[in-house]
Amino acid sequence: MTSLTHVLTKFKTAAGEKSHEHVVEAKPYSNPYYVGVGLGLVLLAAFVIMGRGLGASGALSTVTALTVNTVAPSHAEGNQFYQGYLGDGTTNPLKDWLVFEVLGVLAGGFLSGIFAGRIKVKVEKGPRISSKKRLVFAFLGGALMGFGAKLARGCTSGQALTGGALLNLGSWAFMMAVFAGAYAFAYFMRRQWT
Amino acid sequence: MNAPFYKFGFFSFDVSLIVAFVIGIGFGFMLERGGFGNARILAAQFYFTNMRVLKVMFTAIVTAMIGIFYLSLIGWVDLSLVYLSDTYIVPQVIGGLILGFGFVIGGYCPGTSFVSLATGRYDGLVFALGVVAGIFVFGELFPYISDFFYSTPMGKVRLNEWLGVSYGMIVLAVVLMALGAFAAAEWGEKVMAKKNGGVIE
Repeated sequence: MTSLTHVLTKFKTAAGEKSHEHVVEAKPYSNPYYVGVGLGLVLLAAFVIMGRGLGASGALSTVTALTVNTVAPSHAEGNQFYQGYLGDGTTNPLKDWLVFEVLGVLAGGFLSGIFAGRIKVKVEKGPRISSKKRLVFAFLGGALMGFGAKLARGCTSGQALTGGALLNLGSWAFMMAVFAGAYAFAYFMRRQWT
Repeated sequence: MNAPFYKFGFFSFDVSLIVAFVIGIGFGFMLERGGFGNARILAAQFYFTNMRVLKVMFTAIVTAMIGIFYLSLIGWVDLSLVYLSDTYIVPQVIGGLILGFGFVIGGYCPGTSFVSLATGRYDGLVFALGVVAGIFVFGELFPYISDFFYSTPMGKVRLNEWLGVSYGMIVLAVVLMALGAFAAAEWGEKVMAKKNGGVIE
């Protein structure tokens, strides 16, 4: 136990010194147009190989439904929304396309971050707000996003990106609404970001 | 060529999960490259100081749109087999507005919060937990709001069908719109940079 604490202290000191020395310089983000073409090709690959687009919020819906089902099975059984993600019971709900895709997203984001020296344990925030407040806003924003995404039948990935490329009417209306909502509310949030 | 491959039975469901993981890696990699794992970059979009979100998203949409248009035109992809979600116009617009509020309050969307937490950001992790909480609230309220959820159904409808013009015409219109948006974004960033003393965030 003592040796572990000792190692941890040493590790902390080393990490602290490192940040002073700037051992790994974070590379600037890539050209947005090149990234856009790359992202578009990933989406196109999903269309051609799978016949479907990308997604993100769907995987968290599966996680939510599973949690509810574990805590209160009879409650989940009576709810049509949760049932949609739990399936008929023949296969594990985690054996799901979007769940695997999101695991890939985590891996891909991590890989890119490693290559560019951008892995950093921190809270992203503007200069005028405390980390604690920023985390409260992150949770609230996430909750609104989760609710909104379910109401809209998808998030920025499943609707805006995927439906946008397929010229889906509902997706384009959704995308306009997202930008309208964000720009309309940006003024009230300026202290958090600028 | 018969695509989408999966729909033509080229591989099994289990293999499709491996495909999902690989496609996810590409997706997450590109999001991180674009700066989308950083809430400050994403939020800057809404203050016109950094228009990366618009540039990346619009370029991606245009790339995939032209690709799928071309591949369906030459008959390699059967477009009717590429999943298109049904339009329920009013709930989708209201959902979009709520999501927009959440975007500027929280700084991420679900996909970008995954990349953010994968690169060590606490705010990304907390945001993702918030999304789960929001989905839970939606799930609990679902019996009461399902009438609204299923209101104003329009079925599977594309912009070209809705406007009564050809597929190619809409593709061209979206490309022109994107080029205009890119020009405006580049110009806007320069104006904002001048205002902020020469710094593009």
